[in-house]
Amino acid sequence: MEKISIRIDDQDILAQKGATILEVALANKIYIPHLCYHPDLKPAGSCRVCLVELENGQLVTSCRTPVKDGMIIKTSSPEIDKVRRPVVEMIIANHHMDCKNCAKKGQCGLQRIMAYMKIDKKRIQQTLRLPEVELPFDESNPFFIRDHNKCVLCGICVRTCQEIARVSAIDFAGRGNNTRIAAFGDKPITQSKCVSCGECVIRCPVGALVVRNIGRPEREFKSICPYCGVGCGIYLGIKDNEIVSVRGDSENAVNNGNLCVKGRFGMGFVHSTDRLKTPLIRQGRGKGNPPSPPFSKGGQGGFVEVSWDEALTFVARKLKKYKGDEIAVIASTKCTNEENYIAQKFARVVMGSNNIDTSVRLCYSPMIAPLRDIGIWVGCDSPAEDSEISSDLLRQNLEQIEQAACILVTGANITLSYPVLGLKIKKAVESGARLLVISPHENELCRIADIWLQPYPGTDLALLMGMCNVIVEGALYDDAFVEMYCNNFEEFRESLDDFPLGRVERITGISRDLIEESARIYAGNKPGAIFWGTGITQSAHGTDNVYALANLSILTANIKYSRALNPLLGQNNALGACDMGCLPNYFPGYQPVDSKDAQVKFRSLWGRELNPEPGLTLTEILDATLEGKIKALYIIGSNLASNIAPFKKVHAALKKAKFVVSQDMFLNETAKYAHVILPAASFAEKTGTFINTEGRVQRIQKALKAIGDSRPDWEILCELAKRLKSEGFEFENTEDILSKLLEAIKDVPEVKRRFSFFPLKYRPPEEATDIDYPLILTTERDFSGDGVMSEKVEGLKGLRMKDFIYINPKDAADFEIEDGEPIRVISRHGAIESGARLRGTTPAGLVVMNLEGEKVNKLLNPVLDEESKTPEMKMCAIRIEKMKTLKKK
Amino acid sequence: MEEELLEDILASFKGKRYELVPILQEVQDNLGYLPEKAMLDIARFVGVPESHVYSVASFYAQFRLLPLGRKRVAVCRGTACHIRGAPQILSTIVKTIDLKEGETSDDLEYTLETVACIGCCALAPCIRINREVSGDMTPEKAKGLFLVKEGGEDVE
Ligand code: SF4
Ligand code: SF4
Ligand code: SF4
Ligand code: FES
Ligand code: FES
Repeated sequence: MEKISIRIDDQDILAQKGATILEVALANKIYIPHLCYHPDLKPAGSCRVCLVELENGQLVTSCRTPVKDGMIIKTSSPEIDKVRRPVVEMIIANHHMDCKNCAKKGQCGLQRIMAYMKIDKKRIQQTLRLPEVELPFDESNPFFIRDHNKCVLCGICVRTCQEIARVSAIDFAGRGNNTRIAAFGDKPITQSKCVSCGECVIRCPVGALVVRNIGRPEREFKSICPYCGVGCGIYLGIKDNEIVSVRGDSENAVNNGNLCVKGRFGMGFVHSTDRLKTPLIRQGRGKGNPPSPPFSKGGQGGFVEVSWDEALTFVARKLKKYKGDEIAVIASTKCTNEENYIAQKFARVVMGSNNIDTSVRLCYSPMIAPLRDIGIWVGCDSPAEDSEISSDLLRQNLEQIEQAACILVTGANITLSYPVLGLKIKKAVESGARLLVISPHENELCRIADIWLQPYPGTDLALLMGMCNVIVEGALYDDAFVEMYCNNFEEFRESLDDFPLGRVERITGISRDLIEESARIYAGNKPGAIFWGTGITQSAHGTDNVYALANLSILTANIKYSRALNPLLGQNNALGACDMGCLPNYFPGYQPVDSKDAQVKFRSLWGRELNPEPGLTLTEILDATLEGKIKALYIIGSNLASNIAPFKKVHAALKKAKFVVSQDMFLNETAKYAHVILPAASFAEKTGTFINTEGRVQRIQKALKAIGDSRPDWEILCELAKRLKSEGFEFENTEDILSKLLEAIKDVPEVKRRFSFFPLKYRPPEEATDIDYPLILTTERDFSGDGVMSEKVEGLKGLRMKDFIYINPKDAADFEIEDGEPIRVISRHGAIESGARLRGTTPAGLVVMNLEGEKVNKLLNPVLDEESKTPEMKMCAIRIEKMKTLKKK
Repeated sequence: MEEELLEDILASFKGKRYELVPILQEVQDNLGYLPEKAMLDIARFVGVPESHVYSVASFYAQFRLLPLGRKRVAVCRGTACHIRGAPQILSTIVKTIDLKEGETSDDLEYTLETVACIGCCALAPCIRINREVSGDMTPEKAKGLFLVKEGGEDVE
């Protein structure tokens, strides 16, 4: 960058060309009063407080005037003061000047200006008029307060919401003296589009927007948000072993300092009074005493507190009774890589069982087979350079999403479930990327999409193959690439005969023109990135759906780009758990359990004969438990009882198991069936690494002493292994584990560099409507992820999507249901009660329900995807009834 | 009814950002005010944030965010009327129908506003109810034009 020399007051300064006077001054520790300027935002130049005087006597706003070579600038002069003083005095007169009791005191932009200009606020408030009425606070948001009596109308919040949060929930309203910042209709902020990200709050220069319950930390620790797979960088501020503040890490390329409501305000779960603090053992243990949920309210009835020593000795003694396939370990998508490595090693080495799986099975495992088959994404590719830890774990160089020329989103409500990723996509669209969104019902991205494709639920495959067909027939594919790098194109081309546009139009309900145009946009704008979520995978055709996306990507040679296929992982370390080998058929690094090479490698690494038979998947584990084949379940940080679709089966299996260990931060539904409960430490109380949804390996730091007697999961497992007389678990810290696990995934054999097409057949959804069940229910995730952690944060609970089902007003009229009315929802598999919400954006024939919680699972069809055994969790046929009709039955 | 009307109005526009103000004007001309639902639909239609539509609608004095009463009472405050007693007329009406300037009664019967010269200075002081102008007002005459409303004081 070119440097130029300027002079501010008496100081000669070498300044960056293109910078503004204010930027240069502030960077050189010269204070110029300012209000509407914020370094993260485009300058607005509206407050006129930042005036400076140029050599020729001209007064300019320093926040909007770029430096020029040889400029001579005065930051104070009688002329400046003459213009600025009345402006500032007016602001102060209209300001609720109660600095003593203000949360911003000492950090307030207005206080600073006042001190600089030596303004006596008492005098002003006597001579100038005060606002007539005091405006009421807006306290609707659980995490921040809006006090517009203190607002100086700098507009920073408005611009932040527009430029950074990209929500535009607020704007200036009214005029003249009556001007204020308001959400639509002057309603409380929680009734607006606001997503409670808090970005505006942290930028407000005065006390008009303040975070509730924030403390000043003694020390900050760099960490990673433990909620979703985006993996935003955060700093945890700690005081007296408590998290008192959280801020985004602006150096982290994932989020550039931005956070969503969970990351910024959701860390309260760490200090929740519900945290388990001591190991617990069920009373009357072992003597055929059936575990009988639920607990007596409030207490932990049936359990006694014991010491770690007692608990571990007890668990070890019990586990000894079961061997190999009689045991299954369910690992956690919330635990670190190090812990997951230990968990699968524990299952395989100590227990001799490959029955290890995670809740990834319930949402994402359909992607594993296809992505491996194409030879990308998992366990391959050369090391990238930008990893701070070890490149061995990284599979891609991380091209920025913003570079994509076309983005296809399907099966996910990204702005809701992965807010910070949503921001990146919006940014990409603003800078010209084309956006295609496939979703049966409207989400926010649909509104900015080039094309919003609205297929009947469960017909995605037909739509995607239809698009492939357009691309092949129109010769829009990359034939040089296909010829050189791809297998079985001919076979694939033939399979496309099944998907003429006329048929696809009938199946999906989308006009052929739209399908054609979408295919053209995707094929014509490269690189093209595809993002998909549970809408694609949590289906009885999940694996095929992912194959179909892969076809699209291969055909257009988009697959060459590293961001071509992007599964969206809900849990923060879902990918890490898979990479670490918490899968029944893969060792760490996706080395197949049944391959000779891998067997040899891990035998020598772990010094033990290993079970060469792939184990059972989570859904199969439950079946086997019901059949009595699996007798002991060791469940780490997963709440199966409320997460899994075949709901009754889970409870039956948990009840049937002879021995259940639950190792968790909280006493969850699953723990209620446990014989032993071991308290685990939270992410803030341990070190380790997570892998985010794009494959980035990131470290967390220990910021707190463990709460109560809880311990990190790896420690617990290693202790247990020692008590079971297994060697190879003598780790001092997570660094030791990391170096061992890196060894385990090193030198994974090269995966072929040819891509294969997948000929596919369309199968209609397993659940069809008929006269008795005329509506299709689909589920939607809100921001809370699995809800286990967010459930422990009061404010998040309050903001969550409520227990409603959304219905199109026309359907509601057919069933004579009114907004807010309690209704009964009946599927072929069960029935639940809920409240109706009428919403025009939900298409007729469809009802949408929040996926979280056990409730919806009672309705769902327990069909599994054949390949990955992931249960259908996205749709089922239902009817709705008014509650009144209940009585007749 | 309202919805169809709105549909019709929107159908005559393209959905461009710069059409926001003209659309708001036309909707207000037809519906008498800007209902929330209409503003939300307009935001969607022209592709701007809802908060922005509200910002514009609340900025211009010409837009009303609340419905008008069936009877729009306009008290003239022009010079001629003022000199000949408009303030007394206004305060009488304020008491009679229990509304302040700019307000609309809960039952949507009356909206009270003031205007500058309705062009009948010869008849000053004047008031206008909907289209009908009545001149040579006295507080008594003004009172007689309204049924005494509940909650409104009976002025002698
Ligand atoms: S919290 Fe976020 S979404 Fe809400 S108004 Fe502030 S910036 Fe906008
Ligand atoms: S609320 Fe804060 S940021 Fe927003 S305009 Fe007022 S003073 Fe500025
Ligand atoms: S987007 Fe995900 S990782 Fe980022 S702050 Fe929100 S929950 Fe945490
Ligand atoms: S800071 Fe420059 S005009 Fe407000
Ligand atoms: S001043 Fe009242 S009508 Fe002219």
